[in-house]
Amino acid sequence: MTDPQTAGTFVPPARFAVPGRIVASNRAAALWQRATLTEIRRETPRAATFRFAVPGWTGHLPGQHLMLRLRAADGYTAQRHYSIASPPDDAGHIELTLDHVAGGEVSGWFHTVARPGDEIEVRGPLSGFFAWPGDRPALLIGAGSGVVPLISMVRHRRARALTVPLRLLVSARGPGDLIYAAEYGAETTPVFTRTAPEGAPVGRISAAQVAALLADGPEEGWEAYVCGSNAFAEHASRLLVAAGQPVDRIRIERFG
Amino acid sequence: MSVDRTSVSRPSVNRASVSRTGVTRGFTGRARVPNAGLPPGQYDAGDDWPVLSAEVTPQLAPEDWTLTVGGLVAEARTWTWDEAHALPSSVYRGDIHCVTGWSKFGVRFGGVSVDAFLDAARPSPGATHAVVHSYTGYTTNLPLADLTGGRAWIVWEYGDGPLPAEHGGPARLIVPHLYFWKSAKWVAGLRILDHDEPGFWELNGYHDRGDPWKEQRYSGD
Ligand SMILES: Cc1cc2nc3c(=O)[nH]c(=O)nc-3n(C[C@H](O)[C@H](O)[C@H](O)COP(=O)(O)OP(=O)(O)OC[C@H]3O[C@@H](n4cnc5c(N)ncnc54)[C@H](O)[C@@H]3O)c2cc1C
Repeated sequence: MTDPQTAGTFVPPARFAVPGRIVASNRAAALWQRATLTEIRRETPRAATFRFAVPGWTGHLPGQHLMLRLRAADGYTAQRHYSIASPPDDAGHIELTLDHVAGGEVSGWFHTVARPGDEIEVRGPLSGFFAWPGDRPALLIGAGSGVVPLISMVRHRRARALTVPLRLLVSARGPGDLIYAAEYGAETTPVFTRTAPEGAPVGRISAAQVAALLADGPEEGWEAYVCGSNAFAEHASRLLVAAGQPVDRIRIERFG
Repeated sequence: MSVDRTSVSRPSVNRASVSRTGVTRGFTGRARVPNAGLPPGQYDAGDDWPVLSAEVTPQLAPEDWTLTVGGLVAEARTWTWDEAHALPSSVYRGDIHCVTGWSKFGVRFGGVSVDAFLDAARPSPGATHAVVHSYTGYTTNLPLADLTGGRAWIVWEYGDGPLPAEHGGPARLIVPHLYFWKSAKWVAGLRILDHDEPGFWELNGYHDRGDPWKEQRYSGD
């Protein structure tokens, strides 16, 4: 692959999706800030949205995440990453949508203990890699709570009345598990893996669906953003590659 | 939907629920077994091994894999799969720590010490750092001092089997004393430099060095 004779001027064998395209704010990433829970909205039986007032929030780009910290009386802390669901223009506020993970330490606290007025700590926004500033056509593919960073992009596009093409393919177990169901418009195709409404198919996102979105894409092609569990990310990214999407224009956020 | 567990022992208070010490109301955390091996802010992932790469998993066959050490060296070298396997084997047994919060105890990786590759290529006087390159184009930077002295490995075995592709197979770097984003998956080569040059996550706000015991997660920590 690399010629040993020219290895002194090491040339990497592939180029990776524009590193540092959006450089994160190092100061904001280092600083822990108080966030006050102001509202809890149920989305599905397993997921709820938590709205926080964070007066010192420096803003974020759609797709970014933050780190959140809970602290016990004995000094023990638990920190986890969560994608930001709200669009950047929601000044002084951020929203997160959390799945209730069975036995989950942090999501369990949110779903069974948290109430408005509670304070937690956050730092961020983090990682500019998965961010979409609204500049290029975006093809978004998410499953379960993997739709959280993607809805921030959809909301941003809507709030700013952007005309740049955007399509969202969102996979959920059934209509009742589809987070933000009431908010989707013509840009969105829901895919149901276990139960679907009358007449709609049941199954995973298919090669044909992805191929159709690519064939139907803008001339300059899509920036693809894939988010969800690792198994889902592997499935969706393979379909994209098979359909001809360049690997260096696929960004993946894996929730573990 | 909110259940106030504290009201059993204490009347519910109607004010901001974080004390000046930042304690989260009603949060006790999971039952914890004290574990001296757990760096601050980490939790034990147990049998889980989360996959956290931002790119498409490359499907790279061992026969197509090579490792190059180039840049500021006396002799730039490239090893094929078989040539790398012919070097003296070396095993890491111990813990690994990911910046996203999980740690994994007592893992076994088999491969070759990075020292073996560097000894062959001979970094020039004045060489101080390396940028590690992946087949995906991912990069990460390290001081040479973190790659030498038996503290870093190029590995192709995990447990008793081959390293799975989603965890960096056929071969990855491991630098277990630093957060795992430094342990580049699908490693293609090391470019030796006489200065520090931030890599992919370091340009995206992560700490330049990433010592889990100092909690060097993000730039500025
Ligand atoms: C970049 C990023 C963005 C993310 N964004 C989101 C998001 O927008 N929304 C979202 O919902 N999630 C998101 N996640 C996942 C999130 O960070 C957490 O992993 C998730 O909320 C689970 O945390 P937890 O503390 O509730 O569960 P944990 O306590 O961490 O448990 C996780 C699993 O391990 C099991 N487990 C581990 N140890 C024990 C134990 N000792 N006892 C019992 N069970 C145990 C639990 O049963 C559970 O199945 C994101 C992750 C990343 C990396």
